Amino acid sequence: MRSDAMLTHVYRVERVRDETYDTFTLDLASSHGLGLAPFAPGQFNMLYAYGVGEVPISISGDPAKPKTLAHTIRAVGNVTKAMRKLNLGDKLGVRGPFGTSWPLEEAKGYDVAIVAGGIGMAPLRPSVYTVLSQRREYGKVFLLYGARTPADLLYPREFEQWQGRSDLEVHVTVDRALRWWRGNVGVVTTLIPKAAFDPTSTIAMVCGPEVMMRFTVAELQKRGMAEESIYISMERNMKCGFGFCGRCQFGPFFICKDGPVFRYDRIRQWLAKGDI
Amino acid sequence: MQTLEPILAEHPFLKGLDPQYLKLLVGCASNVRFNAGQFIFREGEEANQFYMIRQGKVALEILAAERGPITLQTVGEGDVLGWSWLIPPYRWRFDALALELTRAIALDGKCLRQKSEEDHNLGYELLKRFSTIIVERLEATRLQLLDVYRAHS
Amino acid sequence: MGGPSLQVGDKLLLERQDLQQLFDGLSKNGYRVLGPTVRDGAIVYDELGSVADLPAGWTDEQNGGSYRLKNRGDNELFGYAAGPHSWKKFLLEPQMRLWQAKSTGDGFEVLERSTEKNLSAMIGVRSCDLHAIAIQDRIFVAGEYVDPSYKLRRENVFIVAVNCGHAGGTCFCASMKTGPKATFGFDLALTEVLDVNQHYFLVEVGTELGAQMLRDVSHREAHDEEKEAAEGVVAKCSRQMGRVMDTTGIKELLYRNYDNPRWDDAAGRCLTCGNCTMVCPTCFCTTVEDFTDLSGKQAKRRRRMDVCFTMDFSYIHGGSIRSSARSRYRQWMTHKLATWIDQFGVSGCVGCGRCITWCPVAIDITEEARIIRESESSHPTIISEGRNDNADA
Repeated sequence: MRSDAMLTHVYRVERVRDETYDTFTLDLASSHGLGLAPFAPGQFNMLYAYGVGEVPISISGDPAKPKTLAHTIRAVGNVTKAMRKLNLGDKLGVRGPFGTSWPLEEAKGYDVAIVAGGIGMAPLRPSVYTVLSQRREYGKVFLLYGARTPADLLYPREFEQWQGRSDLEVHVTVDRALRWWRGNVGVVTTLIPKAAFDPTSTIAMVCGPEVMMRFTVAELQKRGMAEESIYISMERNMKCGFGFCGRCQFGPFFICKDGPVFRYDRIRQWLAKGDI
Repeated sequence: MQTLEPILAEHPFLKGLDPQYLKLLVGCASNVRFNAGQFIFREGEEANQFYMIRQGKVALEILAAERGPITLQTVGEGDVLGWSWLIPPYRWRFDALALELTRAIALDGKCLRQKSEEDHNLGYELLKRFSTIIVERLEATRLQLLDVYRAHS
Repeated sequence: MGGPSLQVGDKLLLERQDLQQLFDGLSKNGYRVLGPTVRDGAIVYDELGSVADLPAGWTDEQNGGSYRLKNRGDNELFGYAAGPHSWKKFLLEPQMRLWQAKSTGDGFEVLERSTEKNLSAMIGVRSCDLHAIAIQDRIFVAGEYVDPSYKLRRENVFIVAVNCGHAGGTCFCASMKTGPKATFGFDLALTEVLDVNQHYFLVEVGTELGAQMLRDVSHREAHDEEKEAAEGVVAKCSRQMGRVMDTTGIKELLYRNYDNPRWDDAAGRCLTCGNCTMVCPTCFCTTVEDFTDLSGKQAKRRRRMDVCFTMDFSYIHGGSIRSSARSRYRQWMTHKLATWIDQFGVSGCVGCGRCITWCPVAIDITEEARIIRESESSHPTIISEGRNDNADA
């Protein structure tokens, strides 16, 4: 029973990395020895910028390296813009980890299709790390990533490494580009026909803006995948992170504790309802 | 000389097409190849062909004065390039630039239009396939239009 | 006083004039006594000094969007129904500091919040409110996560329930099976019996603590006819309900009807003022606010009760998910009657009727549910009164 879940823990910024012009990654370490509980891919923390506010951010690091907690953050509002100004040694408050995680156990023995759109790559990166670290447990593994423009692609160095591996098939696309870009141009759903996974024995993990996820699921189903094999990650307004403030409700679900990762068949009827 | 018939038959676009229609199409087909950096067609030119890409990558571009050429879409192996030959005024709306060595089967538009008028069944088979591609293109373009990855604040 | 030791389940008789002894006993044991009192033209819950602060001789007339106090012409102490307050005012405080932090040389430090143990006695808790408290217990105490301040207050509260003798104009606890008789969750339960020549309370002992507290209060064994009189009071009340709600398959009913045109009708009337959430004894949604003082040396985090009818409530990525009044009213009602059941195993509605009384435009949850239900049958009543108002009010 956790009764201190609203109390934030002070963490120290160990490293700041600019990913794109508005997105950055903070590597955090606990200020007082014992850190928070180990996290599973797909979970999130509530990050607090002193005196400014708190936001839910997916954990984007390697669960096998729990001493460093990585979060990839897009600076769009007051809190995230304040976090952008943090430097090495600065302090941040962390609460978590909260939420459900990607089905990495259930996917063992199957092909894996990871489909990410934009900043949706951040909560999926821990899954890539985990799958690669237990590579033999999985069949064929595909990573499909779409971003707005080449300048918006996250983790370019890691993608380069992943693209060089023979046990992982990576396809990247952007919505539009200038001529120097020699890669694919088109929405991320256009990558699905290029990935030769067996739809009857694949688990798909999809993350990105809601519209992108809906289009992707439609394309995966067109390919022959069953709803029970597709997982998506949802987002809503959150203040507490564990089902007390009521704000993240989506039909009968609390996105913070019944999600953010959902098996598609469980929420399909609610996704169709729009403004619930 | 080996005909293009088996090559046409193996392209995904013509999958399931009755062999008798395949024979009709061969009469309009030719094997083409573009080097990296070569333009396949340019905006404004007469659109007389469509291309079934067998290998390589082609960028569909549009030239926006202040921004230079913008790539809207890339097509590759197994894809089809160009449908402006289907409807008047039969003019290309975009530039198509081969990004790498690209091999394709070019199908003559005038030849196809004529054969489709003569044999409506052939025309229907072609249009069925084209409409699938166009619908998929439209859906993808709409998703692109939504610009879902832009920053909201 | 004294006599054979009291057991849980015993029914005793307490004379009206001896009620003050209970108050005195509670105060002596360090309890702050909370209960109903008249203020600003309503019966609210507040700290009581003595029995004299109770709304003796008052009753309320409630209907959709209407609440008036009226003189009863007698001295009944609990002759009214639920007012605008509920006990969440004391258990799940409207505003609460969660913690404080202070800036240090190299960052900041979070100071643990201090929790004081305060003993509180809640007098006059109706059965609907006992159910509401039990519902909030499921959320805040019974799960994987616990709200420590709610838990502390909950553990240090003494509950004197009152079995209702008069159903309010908007009450429907009988439909929701949450009353009028209190069946659990109390230390003592009183049923007030007042007639020509007697005024007493039948007291049921609910817990050991209740028994202890009663030992120091003059009481005697209740005779059978006194027990029957008390039961009669409650039975009469359950037949007087101002509203009814058919709860048969209500969850599935609402799940099927997310697109029912009736929501447009409700949206045309709903002001999204949130009164319903404020008076509802089970509504629990909150917001969290972080701020510093002017110097930045001290930071605080505060939790505040919130309302799902605001645009801010569902705000994400530059817009609100529920931007229309229609979606927000629908959210409140379907949460209360339907999704709550999937979330917590019980309905979120206890039939207290407060939302009906305190809605400025008299939207009636029982009527909305009824019209939606009837719209599925072959002879529906009018779904919409021909309004062409824009649902996006």
